[in-house]
Amino acid sequence: MEEAMGNLFDNYYEMAAVILFVIGFLSLLLQKNLIKKIIGLNIMDTAVFLFLAAKGYVAGGLSPIIRNGVTDAKLYINPLPSGLVLTGIVVSVSVTAFFLALTLRLYQQYHTLDIDGIVLKAAQTHKHKDCHKQEERDE
Amino acid sequence: MNRKHETDQEIERGKIGAFVDWVNADSPDIPAEIEYEHEEHHGEHHEEHHEEKTPQAQIRQERKVVSWMYRGGSLVCGLLLVAILLFTVQALPRFGEREVPAFNEVSQRYLEEGLTETGAVNVVAGIILDYRAFDTLGESMVLFTGSIAVIFLLTQLSKKAEGEEDGSKKCVESLPAQVIIRMVFPIVLLYGIYVVFNGHISPGGGFSGGTILGAGLILCHLAFGEAYTSRFVTVKRCTGVMSVALLTYIAMKTYSILTGANHIESGIPLGTPGSIFSSGLIFPLNICVGLVVACTIFAVYSLFTNWKAREK
Repeated sequence: MEEAMGNLFDNYYEMAAVILFVIGFLSLLLQKNLIKKIIGLNIMDTAVFLFLAAKGYVAGGLSPIIRNGVTDAKLYINPLPSGLVLTGIVVSVSVTAFFLALTLRLYQQYHTLDIDGIVLKAAQTHKHKDCHKQEERDE
Repeated sequence: MNRKHETDQEIERGKIGAFVDWVNADSPDIPAEIEYEHEEHHGEHHEEHHEEKTPQAQIRQERKVVSWMYRGGSLVCGLLLVAILLFTVQALPRFGEREVPAFNEVSQRYLEEGLTETGAVNVVAGIILDYRAFDTLGESMVLFTGSIAVIFLLTQLSKKAEGEEDGSKKCVESLPAQVIIRMVFPIVLLYGIYVVFNGHISPGGGFSGGTILGAGLILCHLAFGEAYTSRFVTVKRCTGVMSVALLTYIAMKTYSILTGANHIESGIPLGTPGSIFSSGLIFPLNICVGLVVACTIFAVYSLFTNWKAREK
């Protein structure tokens, strides 16, 4: 049993990141409200950041800011994941802003945030338009 | 007549066809209200609909089955994903260990040579604005593109809203909030500027400092409304500042890449590590990034608040 578990309970940050990721993924799949879908996407982003930051940590390491000119790599934590997380946060912020703007436009068009309601209304308007075209052709 | 023909076709195609239609967003012509009413009284009316067996009821039944299948399928997918990822996590090296593959010669070199090569005490700032500056340019471009997309999507609406509202500006209009924000606003801005300017010698940098600056502007917008903030910052000015900052970034980085790649002395002094005017280009690059971030956040916020749902 001990061997089968491996490092699962030592890596509790990574475990939490995995569970958060799947919570975000499932809310992306199961929620009908567009805003809640965007929140799910953000939870997924956060899980990835948590995972990266946890992987960069070294027990007893200092933050990667050189102190008193001591440039011994053994003193500090891994600085690379921090830089990658920074990139990820920026991209997630821009994507969230873009999605929210698109959601506002959809709300303005269909007066609902429910994805199924939007799909139904869109299908209806399409059929409406098709009927009109058919009538025009017939005439 | 036409519609009835369609629904008959729908029944012939069965559940798979309904699912395909649902995926293609080409659902049968049932008004949304009826659908939800049916869902609410599912328990009571279940038998009735079964007995009726009208085409519409049958379609609803099928759609219900498909939706439950979808939910069950996604739950199974999620559990599978958890299992696979947890299996991977237990095979990963222990949390906090030093001898891991991720802590390789690249990180080691950044830590050992970073101070002499970039002059930045903050190694992360040295990485993102010197070694990987091209990547950070891409990041700023992503922010810029995102805000431009938001502006394209929402400016038309805000203009309309302004016309409708007749100049009445939305804001909190509470005296305590205004008094407190009037006191706090300069301190927030000062702190943001401090974080941007000390990006290379302490934790922080353009991204976090820019966010603080943007948050300060948003506070001001919240308390005093559009009329007050538009005196010194508008969406138009934000896009202008963003473009200038990005072009400056590109110009500086082009110079340093051209000289560095050709082994020419760039002539940019690295200064003494730890002082504000040190680490070469990292200081001005941080300011550019901070301006881009602050302007993006404020522009997006003010566009979202100006938005008003169109009257029915």
